[in-house]
Amino acid sequence: MKPNEIRELFPILKQEVNGHPLVYLDSAATSQKPITVIEALKHYYEWDNSNVHRGVHTLGSRATDAYEGARAKVARFINAASEQEIVFTRGTTTAINIVASSYAKTLREGDEIVITPMEHHSNLIPWQQAAKASGATLKYIPLQPDGSITLADVESVITDRTKIVSVVYVSNVLGVINPVKEIAAIAHKHGAKMMVDGAQSTPHMKVDVQDLDCDFYGLSGHKMCGPTGIGALYGKKALLENMEPVEFGGEMIDHVDLYESTWKELPWKFEGGTPIIAGAVGLGAAIDFLQEVGMDNIFKHDMQLTNYALERMSQIEDLTIYGPTQNRAGLVTFNLGDVHPHDVATVLDAEGVAVRAGHHCAQPLMRWLQVTATARASFYLYNTEDDIDRLVAALQKTKEYFGHAIG
Amino acid sequence: MQLDDLYRRVIMDHYKNPRNRGKFESDEAVTIDLNNPTCGDKISLQMQVEGGVVQNAKFVGEGCSISLSSASMMTDAVKGKTLEEALKMAEDFSSLMKGEHPEFEYEDIEALSGVNKFPARIKCATLAWNALRKGIEQTQKNG
Repeated sequence: MKPNEIRELFPILKQEVNGHPLVYLDSAATSQKPITVIEALKHYYEWDNSNVHRGVHTLGSRATDAYEGARAKVARFINAASEQEIVFTRGTTTAINIVASSYAKTLREGDEIVITPMEHHSNLIPWQQAAKASGATLKYIPLQPDGSITLADVESVITDRTKIVSVVYVSNVLGVINPVKEIAAIAHKHGAKMMVDGAQSTPHMKVDVQDLDCDFYGLSGHKMCGPTGIGALYGKKALLENMEPVEFGGEMIDHVDLYESTWKELPWKFEGGTPIIAGAVGLGAAIDFLQEVGMDNIFKHDMQLTNYALERMSQIEDLTIYGPTQNRAGLVTFNLGDVHPHDVATVLDAEGVAVRAGHHCAQPLMRWLQVTATARASFYLYNTEDDIDRLVAALQKTKEYFGHAIG
Repeated sequence: MQLDDLYRRVIMDHYKNPRNRGKFESDEAVTIDLNNPTCGDKISLQMQVEGGVVQNAKFVGEGCSISLSSASMMTDAVKGKTLEEALKMAEDFSSLMKGEHPEFEYEDIEALSGVNKFPARIKCATLAWNALRKGIEQTQKNG
């Protein structure tokens, strides 16, 4: 499918915003949804809606099949060894919190948790809390001047006292693709476990958790054309089996007595309450859609757009681009002279161009970059070079507007 | 959507030449540090209050044109006002953000009325005024 054909499948992109055709460049915050996903949700609610794993009736079976079918799709999509290794969660944040709160109970003083300063708050605060609760030490792999990390630094930070390492695959600010497979190998050499924050990587590239040999992997459905409120935690079966559930009640029980209870087997023991059934169905439809386009094609497309954007944007005077120029995926984070990113985003919005402005849930990284906030344009399979041209034209307008207004 | 409704000349003037930017050297000032957690904007507001009257106010902060110009205007407007008058002004400012048209003795503030049409920016404009409310609360509690 060509970008223009793909674009046709996203109804939301056909509107005008502030008198201009919408250019949506905020997919790193949340992606738009193709018509197939919207229709899958509609079909589920119009025909199959029922609770899962309990109804004897026909709708109960259909809903269960749809829900478990979506799990199988997620498992195949990231090449998990078994569907039992896929726990449905609200998103990546919940996935990381499940692992971190479980580790908080087993870590002790002297143990180490290793992360990086480029982490999203969702892969930072859970580990801060786990360190506080257990007395373990939180350590950081330092960043190079361009925001990347080196394996030499990884080697020197991870020690035999390290119990868990958690690193983002693709940074939501710098766009840098981290060598998580190599980091996992180093972690394992020291007997530590490896978690990968896959919120930004899963939408844009082929992910193979067995090839990465990571122990845990989190993903968010809404960033990969799926609905909000659904995501997944992948964990190696032997590890998940030894972890305690975080939520109790509802779907996760096996036998309940007045004073003692037991849990279902994997993956259901981690899915308390009535699960996110419609969300999972929508995520399954999103995966079907992404696979039809092809993850390799999506990766190539997003990289080409990013390179085109870097080339065009670097020609704008006074525009600062953050992060490495090589090995980055899907987004460009920038500031325009002295104009605050909020003001940039407001002027761009008046031109119909939607970008993110703020700290991108990465305050420690903002301090490292020595800025309080930045603007960010992020790209996905429905974006085209025309969108980048519109962004560049709107940025020129912003310069003129503020040059005039302030000067 | 007219950008000029938002970025009026008087706002840009306060942004470019902020009034009362800085810190008091003496300790005799109430200090309120406030963040806007969704975007990273920051303000540190200082007020010198004597006999229930705001004698002087200063601020330092990081933020966009709207948040900094609002802080500049607010610190100018509260000088010489009683705490009650300052609180009334903060309430009037909330009304202004809701699209109402209260009058301000310090007329520059009315230039911020256009922010109402940009819902995402209201929190930028109100940051300094929220700091003022906290400062008043803190002074009254300690007083």
